[in-house]
Amino acid sequence: MPTFLREASLKRHTVLDLLFRNLTRVSAFGVLALLMAIIVSLIIGSMPAIRAFGFGFLASSDWDPVSDQFGALIPIVGTLVTSAIALTIAIPVSFGIAIFLTELSPRLLRRPLGVAIELLAGIPSIIYGMWGLFVFAPLFADHVEPWVNDHIGAMPYIGPFFSGPPMGIGVLTAGIILAIMVIPFIASVMRDVFEVVPTLLKESAYGLGATTWEVMWKVVLPYTRIGVVGGIMLGLGRALGETMAVTFVIGNAHELGKSLLMPGNSIASALANEFTEAYGELYTSALIELGLILFFITFVVLSLARYMLYKLGKREGQAA
Amino acid sequence: MNAENTTDPKTIVPKIIVKDLNFYYGNYRALKNINLSIAEKMVTAFIGPSGCGKSTLLRTFNRMYQLYPQQKATGEILLDGANILDKSQDLNMLRARIGMVFQKPTPFPMSIYDNIAFGVKLYENLSKNDMDERVEWALHKAALWTEAKDKLKQSGTGLSGGQQQRLCIARAIAVKPQVLLLDEPTSALDPISTAHIEKLIDELKEDFTIVIVTHNMQQAARVSDYTAYMYLGDLIEFGDTSTVFTNPKRKETEDYITGRFG
Amino acid sequence: MIMMNLYTRRRIINAAGLVISVLAMAFGLFWLCWILWTLLEHGLPALTPMVFAQMTPPPGSSGGLLNAIAGSLMMTLVGTLIGTPIGILAGTYLAEFGQRGWLAPITRFINDVLLSAPSIVIGLFVYEVYVVHVKHFSGWAGALALAIIVIPIVIRTTENMLRLVPTTLREAAAALGAPQWKIINFITLRAARAGIITGVMLAIARISGETAPLLFTALNNQFWNSNMDQPMANLPVVIFQFAMSPYEDWQKLAWAGALLITLSVLTLNILARVLFRQKAASH
Repeated sequence: MPTFLREASLKRHTVLDLLFRNLTRVSAFGVLALLMAIIVSLIIGSMPAIRAFGFGFLASSDWDPVSDQFGALIPIVGTLVTSAIALTIAIPVSFGIAIFLTELSPRLLRRPLGVAIELLAGIPSIIYGMWGLFVFAPLFADHVEPWVNDHIGAMPYIGPFFSGPPMGIGVLTAGIILAIMVIPFIASVMRDVFEVVPTLLKESAYGLGATTWEVMWKVVLPYTRIGVVGGIMLGLGRALGETMAVTFVIGNAHELGKSLLMPGNSIASALANEFTEAYGELYTSALIELGLILFFITFVVLSLARYMLYKLGKREGQAA
Repeated sequence: MNAENTTDPKTIVPKIIVKDLNFYYGNYRALKNINLSIAEKMVTAFIGPSGCGKSTLLRTFNRMYQLYPQQKATGEILLDGANILDKSQDLNMLRARIGMVFQKPTPFPMSIYDNIAFGVKLYENLSKNDMDERVEWALHKAALWTEAKDKLKQSGTGLSGGQQQRLCIARAIAVKPQVLLLDEPTSALDPISTAHIEKLIDELKEDFTIVIVTHNMQQAARVSDYTAYMYLGDLIEFGDTSTVFTNPKRKETEDYITGRFG
Repeated sequence: MIMMNLYTRRRIINAAGLVISVLAMAFGLFWLCWILWTLLEHGLPALTPMVFAQMTPPPGSSGGLLNAIAGSLMMTLVGTLIGTPIGILAGTYLAEFGQRGWLAPITRFINDVLLSAPSIVIGLFVYEVYVVHVKHFSGWAGALALAIIVIPIVIRTTENMLRLVPTTLREAAAALGAPQWKIINFITLRAARAGIITGVMLAIARISGETAPLLFTALNNQFWNSNMDQPMANLPVVIFQFAMSPYEDWQKLAWAGALLITLSVLTLNILARVLFRQKAASH
């Protein structure tokens, strides 16, 4: 046995092992560094605006580039409201889709339908925006909004939120387009989460004579609650940060109207529309601060989402 | 709890000597003061019910447990007189001297030829010709040459289960180790492939010291020269196979062998 | 009698629930079909050979998307080339070395958050750290922003795929005395290859439709440009600009571009799945 050769390659391998391990470690560390860099650069970029407006930035609805007065209230409200509309529509629909895919679908269709939903998630957001602007908004303006105006707009309390000129574009439209966008995200997380429920558990419930609906509602849903909420939060994270789909249809108006049919603005669409054309340090800086706020909100939401999904995964791991 | 040795000590050259070996999975003690010696160029079998520690014991011989942070071993395992549990013992060098074949076939995702060359290349700089010869030699030894010689460039994952396991044996012996560890090598195979492998083990002991873990008592009786019976981390009885099977010294061994166990 | 009523009620609720879930499924598919239909309806007539032969035109005249297609391809390629190796290495760390210590769990968590972080913020970040310093928009900046989007996707799939590789394969290689870097590079990564390629393809699909991060980085360019250090035309931003314009020629080109992007993204998505399924079946 050529021992000398083995000894020589041994040293080489030890060195290469060390090198490779550290190369991968540096790359992993790079992810942390990236996050840090994003946060730090956004803070530095928004310093002028932070100095000029302080916390008042969050509460002010001014947005006047000419006199250098900026406030984040309108885009923040717009972002939250559009996302809320999107979730209101998307949660029940996604739940239905997930039930269909896990329990109802014929075996043959299960995979293609699942893929179709995932494809819906794969369509670039700019396509949703374009389709919303050219196809959905005109139809919405001609056929849905007049009806909404006449019926819901006349109701007490909620009426004012649903009355206004039928323009097609506006906060409500943006919320609906967002809903279509996030449905596939939430539905596929829910489906994955439902699939971790032990078959034995479901079979015991069926064995007691429970109906499919009861099994889903009373066994599967409670069992996977954390994961389902995590999936919803993941969808919320998407909706909050979505840019193109919203920019096309929200109308980009810095106005704080009561009606959801009126144009509004979101953080992401304000950035997309104004950033390259912003003049002056304060204007740019105010936009970057908007970006910082958006990143902060989504970071919190997404962290919660991941935390919940991890918790479900952990419980699964222990049970197994 | 080492049983006395029943064979004439002069004929045995111990290859591996285990002294006071203890093994821990975290806080759980899986092996308790094991003492035994493995004879050179013989087949030693470890038998016992699942969870008895037979695989654990086998995996200490090449320190496979070191891949996992929670596991540790104390005591001594002497290979040709040198303690392999010693920190200064280089792991990769050790594993080049002690080959291992696993419960399930583990062909690497590469061609049959490369599967065998992989281990050889780690420590030897062979010319193309020498490497070809080595691959052929290993495949011959593993009784796979006739079946595989025309598809050396094809993926190892395309072989049948029994062929894959012989490929893994060929891969292990191509490195020219001194000891071959077989961890339930036939438990995932059909009876015909099992018979192939058992015949192979008989031939391989000409060149290698073999340690085999098996849950199949007939297999231990057929292929091994020495048998160790283990239960719950203890070595209950160790001796030459015919004695252990026909005239066991301890009641527990007899119960297990005759199927009266549990 | 009471039993019967309760039972009937349960059955009605069940039926209603199931009908609703079928409707939900139909609802989801309905949008997919409608969007695809619209794209084909508007995009196909606009998708002439000129689209691939001519540059983006000034308003009111005809032209094509050649410079935008080329720019998109270049930036996607460079972004993938930068992001993939980093992602694979970091994913390898998480799967193979990350059993101990604090780095792996934190990285895994941060990576999962970055995976769905708003892409427009990433554009803003690259603008701040790169564009501001070189003082002009450029293809490099665009590619960098895309690379930052690629990294978390590749990390996630690499880790997942490496975890699917059976431990016995690693042990078998270790039993031969192979050092860890060889085991990982020649055995485990190779065994996980199909899955990792799938992940990279999905990442390419994702970035080839990304618009937001390019707005402040690559910007746009009306002319042919193969210099990555200059502002670079790219399909998503051109679509955005042209679709929002009042000119009919531009809107037509936007539809053609939208169809192109969607087809390539969907093709990549489907290809990735087919490839992964075939590989998974052969093992």
